[in-house]
Amino acid sequence: MTLLEVRGLGKHFSGLHAVDDVDLDISAGRITAIIGPNGAGKSTLFNLLAGFYRPTSGTVRFKDRDITGMSPHRTVAHGIARTFQTTNLFEDATVLDNVLSGRVVRSHSTVFDAVLRTPRHRREERLNLDKAMAALEFTGISEYRGEIASSVPQEVQKRVSIALALATEPELLLLDEPAAGLTEEETGGFAQLIRDIVADGVTVGLVEHRMSMVMSLADHILVLDHGKEIAAGTPETVRTDPQVIEAYLGADHQEQEGAG
Amino acid sequence: MTTSTFSPQRLGTLLVALALLLAPLTLGGQEYVLRVLTVGATYAIAVYGMNLILGLTGQLSLAHGGFFGIGVYIVGLLTTDYDWAFWPSLLVAVVVTALGGFVSGVVALRTREEYFAIFTMAMGFIIFLVISRWESVTHAHSGVSGVKFPEGFGLLDFSEPIVMYYLVLLFLLGAAYVTHAVRRSGIGRTLVAIRTSEDLARSIGINVGLNKQLAFAASTTFAGLAGGLFAAVQGFVGPSAASIDLTFEMLMFILVGGLGTVLGPVVGTFIVLFLFEFFQDFEAYRFLVLGPIIVALVIFAPRGIVGYLNAFVGKLRSRGTGAGTGSGGPPEHRSSDTATDVKETL
Repeated sequence: MTLLEVRGLGKHFSGLHAVDDVDLDISAGRITAIIGPNGAGKSTLFNLLAGFYRPTSGTVRFKDRDITGMSPHRTVAHGIARTFQTTNLFEDATVLDNVLSGRVVRSHSTVFDAVLRTPRHRREERLNLDKAMAALEFTGISEYRGEIASSVPQEVQKRVSIALALATEPELLLLDEPAAGLTEEETGGFAQLIRDIVADGVTVGLVEHRMSMVMSLADHILVLDHGKEIAAGTPETVRTDPQVIEAYLGADHQEQEGAG
Repeated sequence: MTTSTFSPQRLGTLLVALALLLAPLTLGGQEYVLRVLTVGATYAIAVYGMNLILGLTGQLSLAHGGFFGIGVYIVGLLTTDYDWAFWPSLLVAVVVTALGGFVSGVVALRTREEYFAIFTMAMGFIIFLVISRWESVTHAHSGVSGVKFPEGFGLLDFSEPIVMYYLVLLFLLGAAYVTHAVRRSGIGRTLVAIRTSEDLARSIGINVGLNKQLAFAASTTFAGLAGGLFAAVQGFVGPSAASIDLTFEMLMFILVGGLGTVLGPVVGTFIVLFLFEFFQDFEAYRFLVLGPIIVALVIFAPRGIVGYLNAFVGKLRSRGTGAGTGSGGPPEHRSSDTATDVKETL
């Protein structure tokens, strides 16, 4: 089943075609990766999907609903969550409070409920705490919950940002280079976490630089260059596509071939 | 859990509440002191409003004194020139400042950071100019005299200064409680998320624009309510009740007390007002003494007195429980501990 359907999507910044006529189908329960050289438009595409940018052309449909140009607070409510390339957290707050912030979009009690401490409010606060704790357990960082977000190690911060996104209860989670700046070993842990997320029923969209990680994780890959699709398909198809080799793997690949 | 029934924060709240309750009794008979306390309490209510928009949401609104002035003049003019009773006039003041804040917020909040401060300062100045120049309606510099006391319906006599004090105190407690409830809830998390990073807030599904607007409206409502009470406390009001100076005084109160805290507004307001009174004989020169004190406070306790004490208590506690989160108890136990920690920081 197609969860997210993108047709002819384009974003032009004063003449620059950051994303140009892109089609993409993200199937439910799968990992779809978007790869491409620097400046290929991967993050811009994510920003378009999550509503941070308004597309200049094309449509985005999520669960058969047109969400083209919908603002982020509404796309999140519909079930699309994202993380940022540079880890973005509420730095002065504790890890738990960070993740609790992700519950805001799923909360319905008003300021009056809070002031009057209505049963609904208390029930919801308890539920939010449970869900936040569950997200911390899931990402394996519950022992850090009381620490200030900016003081925990980088890998933990990256996990916090994923826990925060998961706390919004997404159906589609867009991860923008989740393993950037991590060691080989830590990257392995992240790959496992991403598999766990999918096993838990969340569809994942992934922008990632590390080819090994993408090739081992992704079910479907879209390759962008200069904002345009140059290839799409399974890791095997993409790996052997001559255009991809030229545009993306380039000299690097040839070196490896030569060495091997 | 023992920490939830007795914590330094609860003790602090209790002490402040007791001090406010008993102050008029211990200072018995000194009408002047009681007057200063009552006026201070009305300011503190407005400062709680500033705390919502600046302390929690991170937007520096300099129109606050203006909205306070709107509250003052609505109650002032309605109860005198139009011979309304106090309570309906106060209700009008609250509704007008709430709507005024919400509607002007649509435009004002299109600007961010320092531009928002400049924009709201201009708004505040325009309000002041209208009040001080529109003679046919506001009587300009002659001011408004004979503002009515609240009606006690035969039960209470609000012309008694002490009764009036407790009425204002009741509203002040309400303002503090609302702040506490907001901070503890998802609404507080929403506002703090906006304060910390609007982009991240947006990415986790927060409607940044709408929430900023609601916070702004709530802050102007507090200002309007405080202004309405102030008019009744003073009996005579002039345009200075809407001046920019008042905005900056309130800003000073909250900086000294502690931005975003529950007790900061009341503590800051009374401490600075006390210093004002204490150095009153120096007249304008008192700022030579007060200025450095406030600069020192901002340098050494940038989170204000209450923020400083909170951090101090937090440090003691984490030392007491042994390296904080790493050790101690089964997971369920620790999670509820964390929950009370989250709730109990003032």
